Amino acid sequence: MNMSKTLSLTLQNSLRNSLILTLPLASSWAMAADLSVKFDLPQLNVAEYHKPYVAIWIERADQSVASNLAVLYDVKKKDNAGEKWVKDLRTWWRKAGREATLPIDGVSGATRAAGSHTLNFNAARNGLDKLPAGEYKLVVEAAREAGGRELVKVPFNWAGKGKLAANAAGKEELGAVSLQIQ
Amino acid sequence: MQLRTMKAAALGLALATLTLSAQAHRGWLLPSNSMVEAKEAWVTLDGAISEGLFEFHHVPLRLDGLTITDPDGVTTQATGAVLGKYRSTIDVRLPKDGTYRLAIVNNNVFGSYKLDGETRRFRGVEGSPGAQVPAGATDVETSTTHARLETFVSANSTSEGALKPSGVGLELVPVTNPTDLRAGEPIRFKFQLDGKPLANFPFSMVPGGVKYRGTLGELRFTTDAKGEASFTVPSANMYWLSAKYPFEAGKGRPEPGARRYSYAATLEVLPQ
Repeated sequence: MNMSKTLSLTLQNSLRNSLILTLPLASSWAMAADLSVKFDLPQLNVAEYHKPYVAIWIERADQSVASNLAVLYDVKKKDNAGEKWVKDLRTWWRKAGREATLPIDGVSGATRAAGSHTLNFNAARNGLDKLPAGEYKLVVEAAREAGGRELVKVPFNWAGKGKLAANAAGKEELGAVSLQIQ
Repeated sequence: MQLRTMKAAALGLALATLTLSAQAHRGWLLPSNSMVEAKEAWVTLDGAISEGLFEFHHVPLRLDGLTITDPDGVTTQATGAVLGKYRSTIDVRLPKDGTYRLAIVNNNVFGSYKLDGETRRFRGVEGSPGAQVPAGATDVETSTTHARLETFVSANSTSEGALKPSGVGLELVPVTNPTDLRAGEPIRFKFQLDGKPLANFPFSMVPGGVKYRGTLGELRFTTDAKGEASFTVPSANMYWLSAKYPFEAGKGRPEPGARRYSYAATLEVLPQ
């Protein structure tokens, strides 16, 4: 608490002395990109339905992970029992999960029911500002207990800044997937 | 404390026998062939309980209770099953020409009782040590799932003698011989509950190879008003057919006194 008081006093002083100091900060904020991902979990007519585990990440052209965005699983199970099934997200597990320690701060979340969901990742979370311009893919993987597993990849060209929108769709475990960068 | 651990171990063993429908893992049989054409006909049968269909990665399915019904309708106990770490295996000789039924039928009991002031829960195959209520127990509540798990194999020709239903529990009554299924050709099956046709009854068929395909590809069919379904399956594969009654039964423990039924069969569908 004391630290922030000192900080704001310092800022006030700099404001009084020089406006130029604060301007670059404001403009870099305006350039940072927010990412939102919308995905559909279809209502399936199956004998046994469990909410799918979902992983979302950004991959580079060489399929390495550029940014880990979300992994949705049974976070509330006793003794972290839900983690056992995260391996069923086979692709995510191989590329990122195996090395990670769950739950991943800011990335782990609860499973979602069938329907349309939108997840928002602000500039600090999505890591886009650290990515060089180039070809990337947003990857969404869904794996369902007693069910199947499906990957949907949404290619996009990241110019380092600016807005864009792209979409793709799965066939069974995932419906439409779209991303928006603003 | 120690007694409870021992009890848990006994339960675990009982669970390895046959537990269908209560959890995502399922028990299944896998024959090496559904139509054997040979002078001396044999079939090898694998049995396992797993999360992934037809994958050996969890526990074996005990084949001690496996029965063989031959083309004349004579039923005998199978012997010689080998219990492995992930699967059980048995070689079955098929001495007569015609269709055989290989089946495991069990009543699985869930229950609870009070003993020495404590409520204890149990689960096991009816008649096994894991499913017994000790003397002096009070407030006994049990519910049963009647489970049938089977597959069919023919030697050199098809026949109907082994296909007659028993009239007990949830049963598939094949109209099309279950060892003569082809992709794209109509298949006719009936469903019965304790001998009575089940109208508007849903059942599923899941093709093998889910691990490599990714998507489940589950096919869902329903019987008509007379309890019969006529359908086609688009591609050749080993299929796991499953059904349960009541078909809207929730997961977890059934209510006390409730009776549930489950049916599963492995069927081979060949290319045309």
